[in-house]
Amino acid sequence: MRNRLLSTMAGVVGLALGGLAGTVSAAEPIKIGAIVSATGPASFLGDPEKKVLELYADRINQAGGVDGRPVQLTVYDDGGAADKAASFTKRLIESDKVDVIVGGTTTAATMAAAPLVERGEVPFISLAGAVVIVEPVRKWVFKTPHTDRMAAEKVMDDMKARGLTKLALVSEDSGFGKSGREQTLAVAKERGIELVADETYGAKDTDVTAQLTKIRNNAAAQAVLVFGLGQGPAVVTKNYRQLGIALPLYQSHGVASKEFIRLAGGAAEGVRLPAAGLVVAAQLPAEDPQKKVVTEFTKVYEEAFSSEVSTFAGHAYDGLMIALDAVKRAGGTDKAKLRDAIEQTKGYVGTGGTVTMSAKDHMGLTLDAFHMVEVKQGDWALVK
Amino acid sequence: MFAELLQYLLSGLTIGAIYALAGLGFSIVYNASHVINFAQGEFIMIGGMASATLTASGVPLPLAILIGCGGAMLVGVLVAKFAVERARNASTVTLIIITIGASIFLRGVAELVWGKDFKRLDAFSGETPIQFLGASMQPQSLWVVGTAALLIVAIALFFNRTLTGKAMLATSHNRLAAQLVGIDVKRVVLASFALSAALGAIGGAVVAPITFSYTEMGIMLGLKGFTAAVLGGLGHGPGAVAGGLIVGVAEALGAGYISSAYKDAVAFVIILAVLLFLPNGLFGKRGTERV
Repeated sequence: MRNRLLSTMAGVVGLALGGLAGTVSAAEPIKIGAIVSATGPASFLGDPEKKVLELYADRINQAGGVDGRPVQLTVYDDGGAADKAASFTKRLIESDKVDVIVGGTTTAATMAAAPLVERGEVPFISLAGAVVIVEPVRKWVFKTPHTDRMAAEKVMDDMKARGLTKLALVSEDSGFGKSGREQTLAVAKERGIELVADETYGAKDTDVTAQLTKIRNNAAAQAVLVFGLGQGPAVVTKNYRQLGIALPLYQSHGVASKEFIRLAGGAAEGVRLPAAGLVVAAQLPAEDPQKKVVTEFTKVYEEAFSSEVSTFAGHAYDGLMIALDAVKRAGGTDKAKLRDAIEQTKGYVGTGGTVTMSAKDHMGLTLDAFHMVEVKQGDWALVK
Repeated sequence: MFAELLQYLLSGLTIGAIYALAGLGFSIVYNASHVINFAQGEFIMIGGMASATLTASGVPLPLAILIGCGGAMLVGVLVAKFAVERARNASTVTLIIITIGASIFLRGVAELVWGKDFKRLDAFSGETPIQFLGASMQPQSLWVVGTAALLIVAIALFFNRTLTGKAMLATSHNRLAAQLVGIDVKRVVLASFALSAALGAIGGAVVAPITFSYTEMGIMLGLKGFTAAVLGGLGHGPGAVAGGLIVGVAEALGAGYISSAYKDAVAFVIILAVLLFLPNGLFGKRGTERV
């Protein structure tokens, strides 16, 4: 077992090295480690992340690397298991001796890796959503995606703009959904929104009509927010239409991929959700600072993989670019300097928004990074 | 109030019908071979995935379901032939572990063939909800319940009216005696796997528009089906059907009146209670061979 694991690992590393062999020069490589969930239940997040990291490492090397140094990428697949993420993090720090780690597809994987990078003093840029990753701030831990708290804030701001103050929450019984629920409860209190229902469903449930019937019979509810990932929110949306509930339906940024519209079909019409600019690249006004970045990234991604770009792919791109940008500014890969440089990231325009970090903010995104979109005729449309 | 209850009952019966089909599959295999086949959920997955992907590439729906069904039967026979039959002298626990292994293997293969993403299958007759005394249901629910009822009747006729069916029944009652009167017990085992695979695959195809299909869809459905079979009394066909409906309705009522957080727990509390207090299930005969 151990031998097989080792030889698989050797193979993976070998492949990664092989891909670079053509361009490796005398300069010492910048060693970037990555842990993603390329297989397992979170593979729809981790698989595009892995592909993007490999694609861009290749492209950068072909263009001559960073400051003349090639990028050497080591990717491990944690299969969606937090304990594996932890052991791979150890391996990246101790035997691969990487300069910076990008990854942790899920919040669970990230939180398992966090204490290790803190101890090993290696800068770590997570690709996972929950706000707990950067609150409280950990010295060596950063993240690129928007938080669930921001999603809740964006949704409630939109509700207020429509004059709605009573919200029914349906959250998924998963790490993402649970954290989303907590944040929604907290934000609701801050923004003066009354939570009139608080239902949950299992991530693999095939029928949520029982929960939704309760909400339908709740006369106080004025809008419904669903916090979940994957197929669950699509099931909720279908059941919602089946029961003929007429209240406005909000989803979280967790379903901001075309997959959701495809699964929910006609039922998705009229659903509103906060999404990154990447999702609506073509519709962004020309003066939007993100326009150029997201259009370019979409083009490169879709040409390379002939599949639709997802926000998760964008998170990995942002993570890699922030790391490499920091290497340039730090003038090398001294870990302490590199960490400081990441923390000083200012005005970096990525797929998720404009990132300006500080000692207090290791994500650096503001609510402007989210756009409220609505599903119209099977596509996303910006809500003006 | 009444509309609410009716809504829960309708949801429960729809999902319960699927559990019933899965449970029936468990019972058929258990009867023929005394194996609890934990790959039953994967037959459902094969049916769902095959019909979703084939129709997406232009194959007409009935043909797609037939191909999925045939594929699942073939897989069922292969599992029986190359995994279960080879270890037929092993203990029951070993056989169960073998079927769990087979299920993991099948999921892996399915992931390679069909990929990891969710597949969508259009509802057979539109998605306009049917309103009924204040409750509403998807037309697909009628397909699920109707198909399940039809299959259950067909299975009952098969066991009671055909020679092959009777041979399978005889094998379940007394394997040695069946062998002595000239029944090819090995073929009965193969047939039972094929039959349960076909049931699962058709079930998978009719539920796919409601649940979406993906390679792991069989895990939970399989477990709930097992609960249904145990609740009804392992090996008791009508019991498995009743068990499935009870589990489905209990889940829906639990989610509606108690808390949605405990929805899945309902099924497993039921199975624990049954195992503790009614080890032979609601309808199972007081076993003489079981300890």
